[in-house]
Amino acid sequence: MISKDYIINAAEGIHARPATALVKLTKRFKSTISMKKGPRTVKINSLLNILSLAAKGGDTITIIVDGEDEVGALVAIDLFFHEELKHL
Amino acid sequence: MINGIGVSAGIAIGKAFVLHRQTNALTGLLLADDSMIAAEIEKFDIAVTQSLIEVNILIDSYDETNGSDGLEILEAHIELLSDPQIKEDVAEKISAEKKNVNDAVIEVIAIAVVMFNSMDDEYMKDRAADVQDIGRRILTNLNSAGKATGQTYPPDTVIIAADLSPSDTISMDIMRVVGFATQIGSKTSHAAIVAKSRGIPAIVGCGAVLQEINNGDLLILDGQTGKILINPDSETLFEYQLKREIWLVETALLKSQKDRLAITTDGTTISLFANIANAQDMELAHDFGAEGSGLLRTELLFMGRDSLPGEDEQFEFYKAVVLKAKSKPVIVRTLDIGGDKQLPYFDFPIEQNPFLGYRAIRICLDRPELFLTQLKAILRASAFGKLKIMFPMIANVQEIRAAKVILNQAIEELNEAGIGFDRTIEIGIMIEIPSAAVTADLLAKEVDFFSIGTNDLCQYTLAVDRMNEKISNLYDPYNPGVLRLIDNVIKQAHKNNIEVGMCGELAADPDATLLLMGMGLTEFSMSAAAIPHIKNIIINNHMALANQIYQQVMAMDNSTLISAYLKDTTA
Repeated sequence: MISKDYIINAAEGIHARPATALVKLTKRFKSTISMKKGPRTVKINSLLNILSLAAKGGDTITIIVDGEDEVGALVAIDLFFHEELKHL
Repeated sequence: MINGIGVSAGIAIGKAFVLHRQTNALTGLLLADDSMIAAEIEKFDIAVTQSLIEVNILIDSYDETNGSDGLEILEAHIELLSDPQIKEDVAEKISAEKKNVNDAVIEVIAIAVVMFNSMDDEYMKDRAADVQDIGRRILTNLNSAGKATGQTYPPDTVIIAADLSPSDTISMDIMRVVGFATQIGSKTSHAAIVAKSRGIPAIVGCGAVLQEINNGDLLILDGQTGKILINPDSETLFEYQLKREIWLVETALLKSQKDRLAITTDGTTISLFANIANAQDMELAHDFGAEGSGLLRTELLFMGRDSLPGEDEQFEFYKAVVLKAKSKPVIVRTLDIGGDKQLPYFDFPIEQNPFLGYRAIRICLDRPELFLTQLKAILRASAFGKLKIMFPMIANVQEIRAAKVILNQAIEELNEAGIGFDRTIEIGIMIEIPSAAVTADLLAKEVDFFSIGTNDLCQYTLAVDRMNEKISNLYDPYNPGVLRLIDNVIKQAHKNNIEVGMCGELAADPDATLLLMGMGLTEFSMSAAAIPHIKNIIINNHMALANQIYQQVMAMDNSTLISAYLKDTTA
């Protein structure tokens, strides 16, 4: 299991478009990927769950990846939060 | 007349079509025994599969020339329909609470809707509509034995409804539907977003008064002002028909050029930026095809209040702008107060000549604590995108060096506090004082870029107060002296390999575009609304003409002739 913090670097935060991209990303991996904001942790294979966290621009969230391909999944997650999110 | 919130600009004229929607009600019936559970869950799966097929059909038939906003909404609907959390919650209600599938779906969707509605963020509140939309779709498929959906409308229909779901708006036939108005909704409703990207005039949030409209009423809908006129007289109708024609022509121009780069017929690329004052302006700038902002004025942040804004408040302001810029560059001009811009909480001395007095960088260098706060806030925001810092009213090299000392102090303080920022941030100056324009060769060695502020450059060069109406005819950017200064700044910037742009009014003057390109200017910053017009000039001309205009104009000694010649050649 690996966990890592990210700062949301997009004005609208994780709104429908990036959340959809995130759900699609998780489908590429066998690992269970969760997101934690404040006291709540949810699995991010669900758009509803991601949106329910209401992560805004500038918020810090934690991603927890657990499974056999967790290293590869974290690489994709890194790319998502550092690069892709800005353009979504 | 009815007033609502105009969310998608434009004029629509057509017959009202009042849309009614049936609501799905709870039955309250419980499953008789456990053997029915599996069958109920299977009904849910079948309805979801059918719903997915429908949304995929909408995706396949989606016309991307209308922009991709609607498509993204549909893709979100696909994810919501196949959402494991929703399926789990529905299955739980069926198996644990013995609810029938209809009631289970209604309850699960209702909980999600309440969750979104309770969020303190307008955008998230509006996502309740998407959940409701997919819920309604699933319920329709549960209760119908393949009954035909999809409404057809007569030509020139204006739809009137309590509310429209995102899929209603996306599947709307815009050959026939010319506009719509709803009782509820806000600027961030998906219906509003889709209307905007499809170019359908739309008004939301009209309230219950919208029920006064009957099927077949002739309506005029102004999506800019949010006004709806019911059965107007023929004079009003004629006036709005004219407005609609103008709007259609303008949007066609805007649409054909928004995503086009400003490239001349011989392949020279010009960059067009927007002058902005806050994050909302940045958002609007994208709609006009701006490649970023060449001037973020920071005065608004300091005006209309009782005290100086602190570092955190300033940081939030710059951050909001840079996030809205979506990785495109934004040039932040440090405080340019004084002159005609006064602050109530700041003790400005009474001056004989405020434009020649205590203002802009002069104040900042005199009050370093004020400057330091602003620089730290800008640097902190630079971590979120591409910011550049620009000092206004620079007259000599020493002022740049003094400003950099304070900038370095800001950098050191952030380093000590372990706060991140863009370490490659570029530093530039406004060229608006004649001495700066004349000594551009010396200043170029100190900075990464120049931005020519033509308004002040013109008034200082010609010794004409631009606020004095008696001499306003003397304020003349085509004066050969002003043009020579601009030419020198551009030449020296190129010679020293630094960037040069223009953010004054001359940059938005269609008569000057080719002349400035002939001088070698490739970066123009202007009010966002001026961009399509200037872009149109660029893409329909070539550099050979620009160079020829430049040669001709620089040989002329009379600004009246220059102005007439430019109007003539660019017409």
